[in-house]
Amino acid sequence: MNFQIPIGPQHPALKEPIGLRITVDGEIIREADLRLGYNHRGIEKLAESKTWIQNIYLMERICGICSHSHTTCYVQGVEKLMEIQAPKRGLYIRTLVAELERIHSHLLWLGVAGHEAGFDSFFMYVWRDREIVMDILEIISGNRVHYAINTIGGVRRDLDELQVKNILDSLSVLRKRSEYYLNLGTTEPSFVARLAGVGYLSKEDALALCAVGPTLRASGVPMDVRKDDPYAVYDEVPFEVCTADTGDVLGRTVVRIKELFQSYNIIEYLLKNLPTGPIAVRAPRRPKSNEVVSRYEAPRGENIHYIKSNGTEKPERLKVRAPTLGNYAATIKMLKNGFIADVPLIFAAIDPCICCAERAVAIVDARTGQEKIVSTSSLKQLKQNVSPNKERKREVVWPL
Amino acid sequence: MATVRTLVYLFIYPGLLFIFIYSTFCEWYDRKLYARLQNRMGPTHTGRGGILQPIADFFKLMSKEDIVPERADKGMFSALPAFGLAIVSTAMLLIPVWNYQLSQPSLISFNGDLIVLLYLLTLPTFIFFLAGWSSTNLFSTIGATRVLTMLFGYEVPLFLAVLSPAILANSWRLAEIAAFYRQRPWLMLVNLLGFVIALISVQAKLERTPFDIPHAETEIVGGTFTEYSGKKLALFRLMLDVELVVASALLATVFLGGFPGGFWLGLLNFIIKTLVVIFILSLIRATTSRIRVDQVVSFSWRYLAPLAVLQLLIVILVKGLIS
Repeated sequence: MNFQIPIGPQHPALKEPIGLRITVDGEIIREADLRLGYNHRGIEKLAESKTWIQNIYLMERICGICSHSHTTCYVQGVEKLMEIQAPKRGLYIRTLVAELERIHSHLLWLGVAGHEAGFDSFFMYVWRDREIVMDILEIISGNRVHYAINTIGGVRRDLDELQVKNILDSLSVLRKRSEYYLNLGTTEPSFVARLAGVGYLSKEDALALCAVGPTLRASGVPMDVRKDDPYAVYDEVPFEVCTADTGDVLGRTVVRIKELFQSYNIIEYLLKNLPTGPIAVRAPRRPKSNEVVSRYEAPRGENIHYIKSNGTEKPERLKVRAPTLGNYAATIKMLKNGFIADVPLIFAAIDPCICCAERAVAIVDARTGQEKIVSTSSLKQLKQNVSPNKERKREVVWPL
Repeated sequence: MATVRTLVYLFIYPGLLFIFIYSTFCEWYDRKLYARLQNRMGPTHTGRGGILQPIADFFKLMSKEDIVPERADKGMFSALPAFGLAIVSTAMLLIPVWNYQLSQPSLISFNGDLIVLLYLLTLPTFIFFLAGWSSTNLFSTIGATRVLTMLFGYEVPLFLAVLSPAILANSWRLAEIAAFYRQRPWLMLVNLLGFVIALISVQAKLERTPFDIPHAETEIVGGTFTEYSGKKLALFRLMLDVELVVASALLATVFLGGFPGGFWLGLLNFIIKTLVVIFILSLIRATTSRIRVDQVVSFSWRYLAPLAVLQLLIVILVKGLIS
């Protein structure tokens, strides 16, 4: 017997609204379909009406977890447009925050994976220790979530000796705990039984479906923007690209935990080799008319910003390709022929950030399968077409 | 006078009032323990150390709006929580902690009450299945089928594990089994394997992690209880609490030598031994992750059932040796 289960837009496994329509045969998934568009915020349009500086803080609010990723990606692009180079110390601090953000994002993901697998103790422990890295971020920037450390041409806050010492101390605690989690996450029998072999994605499929980040690396493809197209100071920092060849959720877990250790190494290197000098240079008000593509390895995968300038104080076009969008196609592939019990795990394994990936509303005609993008005015028209003869008391006018 | 005694027996001690108070206490104990094992605080504010929290939750749920789905089988949907609570409360009366005489069987302690108790503990599983099925919600339906699928896994190992001490004691009466092991405490060690199997099976019967599959919230929302709200949900929650007490008391009777010592000492024994069993159950709950329903069945038949048969063999050999 086949029947459809709606997972979302509201479901305990989802932290943000998305529609997963799943056709099941008993406990086995036969078809899966993603419905987006519950969380569109119009950020790209908004960016066109704000100045270059204001947009940094707008970009920060694309995502709560990888806020630094979006600002760095944007700021790098704008620096290229303005033809300025941030000073070394500024880049070091920028990279430092980026790696701390990676740690906090991966720890958060680990906890969520534990929760989705029904291993709440793991979730509670990991999230307790995530507080350490949140505190470090607070030491550096004064904020726990939106660090607001980037500015065009460098960073906004400097580090002093005491801060460096504090960060190194906290990091050694975190490193010890992570070793414990690596051990626990890969040896606890009931946990491993839930993760191993679940959501398999072969190397060929991963490449063909344009998967990014840990999802791609867990399928055995050593692709990482930090290595392939180094930005900031990644060309001077020694680190390895972590991969796994199992292609399942266990592989994605292992990749993320290994990346934690790489991040600890990177941070230690950065703090020990912190150059002296200024942290920012002055940026001009207007860039030349030009366009640029900026790439950045966010904790979830490759983040791309396309920025077009027409020589004014505001960008003409800003296009964001968040990593989650790159992983959606692969998710559908992974879900097929799995168990219902594995849906939350597989879906969580790409570390989805739904509001990052929302772009525009597409209306699909259920009978013909045609898709079209609609505007607000045509939606209003549509509303009237539904029941044209019905009398209305009054038209709704904004503000109500 | 006899009527008054019967009424007291049914409604106050060890009847409904005691069951209510003790099972909510056990829920608090379980929650608090689980929370402390996870480095959380757990219930804190209602009563000393949050001890009254389960009771507060119960009354809060009682006062909430009670919704019956349009397409549900309304009679069954509404009757099931009360039935379930009645069944587990009846099962509680069979636990040999009060008011029985070893020499003379009575209505609450007779030869074969072990089987009746196991039967009464199987019924709640069917109650959950029917509850899920009659809600006609997709998530409930999946939860209901999962309840039944799991039943095929853990029920046989549980029966085998609980019956093997009975075979050694040569009795089907709970009070006599407990008395037998109190006289020969070293024989309890023979049943150690059976105790472990029974603990795992009871964990599955009570649908606690790693077997909380029928109401896995991240997969199928509330599972069997998705459509339940208000009074009915409160009764179901109370039912699960009572079931926890009954199941742990059953294990304590069969494997840990029962509750000797008359009224007060017997009660003390009862509380300590059930809390020990619940402690182990909470420990399992805190240290494992949820497994899949197919893994439950294969785990039960690949490991639990053969081990239970092994336990049975050991018991038969030991019985031959000591007689």
